[in-house]
Amino acid sequence: MSGSGKMSAIGYAFLVVLGLAAPLVLYPIFLMQALCFALFACAFNLLIGYTGLLSFGHAAFLGMAGYAMGVAVKWWGLPPEIGLLVGTAAAALLGYLIGSLAIRRQGIYFAMITLALAQMLYFFCLQAKFTGGEDGLQGVPRGHLLGFINLENDLTLYYFVFAIFVLGFCIIHRAIDSPFGQVLTAIRENEPRALSLGYDVDKYKLLAFVLSAALSGLAGSTKTLVLGFETLTDVHWHMSGEVVLMTLLGGMGTVLGPVVGAFIVKTLENRIGEFGQLLANQTGVEWFRTIGDSVTIVTGLIFVICVLAFRRGIVGELIALFRKQRA
Amino acid sequence: MKRKLIAVLVGMALAAAPLTSAFAQAKAGGPKLSDGVVRIGVLTDMSGLYSDLGGAGSALAAKMAIDDFKAAEKGKAFPIELVSADHQNKADVGAQKAREWYDTQGVDMITDALNSAVALSVAKLTAEKKRILIDTGAASTRLTNEDCSPYTVHYVYDTYSLANGTGNAIVKGGGKTWFFLTADYAFGHSLESDTANVVKVGGGQVLGAVRHPLNASDFSSFLLQAQTSKAQVVGLANAGGDTINSIKAANEFGLTKTQSLAGLLVFITDIHSLGLQVAQGMMLTDGWYWDQNDDSRKFGKRYFEQMKKMPSMNQAGVYSAVTTYLKAIQAAGTDDADAVMAQMKKMKINDMFAKNGYIRADGRMVHDMYLMQVKKPSESKYPWDYFTVKATIPAAEAFLPLAQSKCSLVKK
Amino acid sequence: MEIFGVPLQAMYGQLLLGLVNGSFYAMLSLGLAVIFGLLNIINFTHGAVYMLGAYAAYIGMSAFGIGYWPALILAPLAVGIFGMVIERTMLRRLYKLDHLYGLLLTFGLTLMLEGLVRSVYGVSGQPYAVPDALRGATDVGFMTLPNYRAWVVVASLAVCLMTWYVIERTKLGAYLRAGTENPKLVQAFGINVPLMVTLTYGFGVALAAFAGVLAAPIIQVNPLMGSNLIIIVFAVVVIGGMGSILGSILTGLGLGIIEGLTKVYYPEASSTVVFVIMAIVLMVRPAGLFGREK
Repeated sequence: MSGSGKMSAIGYAFLVVLGLAAPLVLYPIFLMQALCFALFACAFNLLIGYTGLLSFGHAAFLGMAGYAMGVAVKWWGLPPEIGLLVGTAAAALLGYLIGSLAIRRQGIYFAMITLALAQMLYFFCLQAKFTGGEDGLQGVPRGHLLGFINLENDLTLYYFVFAIFVLGFCIIHRAIDSPFGQVLTAIRENEPRALSLGYDVDKYKLLAFVLSAALSGLAGSTKTLVLGFETLTDVHWHMSGEVVLMTLLGGMGTVLGPVVGAFIVKTLENRIGEFGQLLANQTGVEWFRTIGDSVTIVTGLIFVICVLAFRRGIVGELIALFRKQRA
Repeated sequence: MKRKLIAVLVGMALAAAPLTSAFAQAKAGGPKLSDGVVRIGVLTDMSGLYSDLGGAGSALAAKMAIDDFKAAEKGKAFPIELVSADHQNKADVGAQKAREWYDTQGVDMITDALNSAVALSVAKLTAEKKRILIDTGAASTRLTNEDCSPYTVHYVYDTYSLANGTGNAIVKGGGKTWFFLTADYAFGHSLESDTANVVKVGGGQVLGAVRHPLNASDFSSFLLQAQTSKAQVVGLANAGGDTINSIKAANEFGLTKTQSLAGLLVFITDIHSLGLQVAQGMMLTDGWYWDQNDDSRKFGKRYFEQMKKMPSMNQAGVYSAVTTYLKAIQAAGTDDADAVMAQMKKMKINDMFAKNGYIRADGRMVHDMYLMQVKKPSESKYPWDYFTVKATIPAAEAFLPLAQSKCSLVKK
Repeated sequence: MEIFGVPLQAMYGQLLLGLVNGSFYAMLSLGLAVIFGLLNIINFTHGAVYMLGAYAAYIGMSAFGIGYWPALILAPLAVGIFGMVIERTMLRRLYKLDHLYGLLLTFGLTLMLEGLVRSVYGVSGQPYAVPDALRGATDVGFMTLPNYRAWVVVASLAVCLMTWYVIERTKLGAYLRAGTENPKLVQAFGINVPLMVTLTYGFGVALAAFAGVLAAPIIQVNPLMGSNLIIIVFAVVVIGGMGSILGSILTGLGLGIIEGLTKVYYPEASSTVVFVIMAIVLMVRPAGLFGREK
């Protein structure tokens, strides 16, 4: 038991080192974006993978937090770390409101309520003056962390973002491994049973929902800090679908799955044109060149393949393979 | 042994080639270029809502411009490279791509950038990195007002020029009473208010307006309200699918029999998908039409061979923007952004796209705009023969006067 | 006479338009209600097959010269067969799993279908004319109603009633309902349940495609026409009660009318009013207005 514990500690240490060294090799802005989405996917996974609740409106938390953070830093002149807290708090509050309404129902009804409420938020953001509507909230400054660390430098910002990601990831990991996490898993497996054992199931679900929302908000605020703007894309239901894809592709209910999924989807999004060129050059099939125009088709195809053949996701399949080899 | 020798000789020849060309270029005294090449990036929507307006067509237009420039220079042109990317209508992706292009691939100029959210974030970034953005596709006037920058050029159109052109012309032509069908978001509101101002100044009257949600699927109810108002003109302050559906429904409900429609943002691709039967008679303002003179026809036909459709003003604008940029580099002798911008602002732009064009201090490229009317099906003699040019709106009148610009670069 | 500032004549006009839209919503949600109610599949492709129905009509017209009236039968048939192929090859494997996977698969299929149609036809859309027999409009006193819209009401309600009757009142419908509640038992009676399921799915898809053909002359035929409507359709089915055919028909009609009223008094909110209603209904009556929670 302790043996495997040691191994995962070494594994994590290795990943941290990888993370620290990455910006020297890969483009820091892309890495930061991917890390934000990885945190978003991990937060989402807390809900779907560990509590068994599919929320189809998680974009609301990502986007709303981003807007709140943007307003705090751009118009109220707050320092970035306070801005992040404002964003996270806004998302947590929104999570509490949406969660308490949605928790009353289960399964598809739960998903539909989250979708409906997220759509209402989308229309609100479209109208509201402070969001800038479809032009977006632009020109959010990076500012100085703690008053003296200049975040304008991409590399400095990267380490800050990485630290935030590690923090968020640890919170999730801790939540999963704790008694609280065990109850969540029990709820996912058999809710009536958990109820009969005396657990206040609704309270646990709500808490998980708010935690997931808050961390999604942290991801959204951080993303706004990195890119310097926030737009309606982040509150649109396509974004909610994208995070489902990331988690599904990486592996629902695994710890690292969402991170892997997020990185793959983001890489795909950015590189699909070049990927198409590569395939076309290698195989000589000219049609591949046009997949650069077709992110939607490729995304759809990945969804379909994952659901049909690859349900455990990449990390899930790897774990299953590993276990098979051991046995 | 012989093979090895040949291989070595070939290798040397290959290695020598770039050296000699660089040598030749240095000898010829060509422009001093950052990392020796001019890179142009076409950042557009390849697969989403605006892919017909820009997309692969914009990339083609840019390529044509580069090829034509090289041909004109008879092989003595400096090295030019083209890259293109799909921003998928997401400002995240657009800004990320632009950043990567500037930081890691040495892109010197970005063009197209349709979708205002993308354009605004890329404009900010471009100013930070001291490159150039020649935006042909976005509509927001913010690019040359609140968010103007010394490194942005807004090349083709904006909401003001469209509203102004159509509104003015129709009011002068007798359409005094207006009712607006407005898409309920910032773009729709600004289009409505710009046109309403023009109408009032021209002596007309706004009888009312109804705001519909974005991407509404059915317009019958709103059009009924327009009919009840008995206004002479129904202004469509919306775009894309909303405009198309509004026009279709207006026809269906017989609105076009007693009232006239004014499309405030309509592209030739919209007319193509509507068909002349439905769209006939509508007035709109456009920045360019393929059939307006011999040069534009030539360009249109060349473009059509590859894309199987005629270019929109955005795609024609990309061609012109790239050509203007390359000419500016040639004249300035460098691709340094400040020098090239200064040069571009001195140039008079007269090509197949723009007549009497020049770039103002606020980055606005002003050029003649055109009031068009959609032909009746019987008047259309060949494919894509859709418009009659009713009037030319001279450059000086078409755009927001410099004195009213909110741009900080404009000396008041 | 005025109601809250709107003249009565104008109100009648808006209500009539609301009825027209409502019957269309009812027609569109019917297929989804059949598929979810009977098969427990959350079919996200509903919007995409609606779009395919419209494109089938367009392609029929432009490539084969098939007119509107034959297209009303042929397009749903073609798209329905396509739906059955999907059910047979892909959806069938997911029945044993959580509903979630069906939702995700059909979501992925929707993206693929929309992307493919877009890459072939572009995003602006294609023209499709109103059939000659239905051109023109009739003056009904308080407004001029286009004949085609009147036809939409008639066709939608006819199909809705027919479907409801078949499922709730005939033997075939009874087999279907029994087969989905207790497949093993019904199978033991000698009825081929998997075949029935496939045919039902095909029927649900065909209903959506039929709605697509109905819509083609009035809404621009473009790849994204389904994605704008899909969420509203889901909301209608959820409000009506996911097991209930009658529920979605009545909700569709009701929603059309409520939306129509909203368009008069507060038009900006007419897209969101359905979500507000859905949220309220789900809070108060979780299984929907007419549904039975499973």
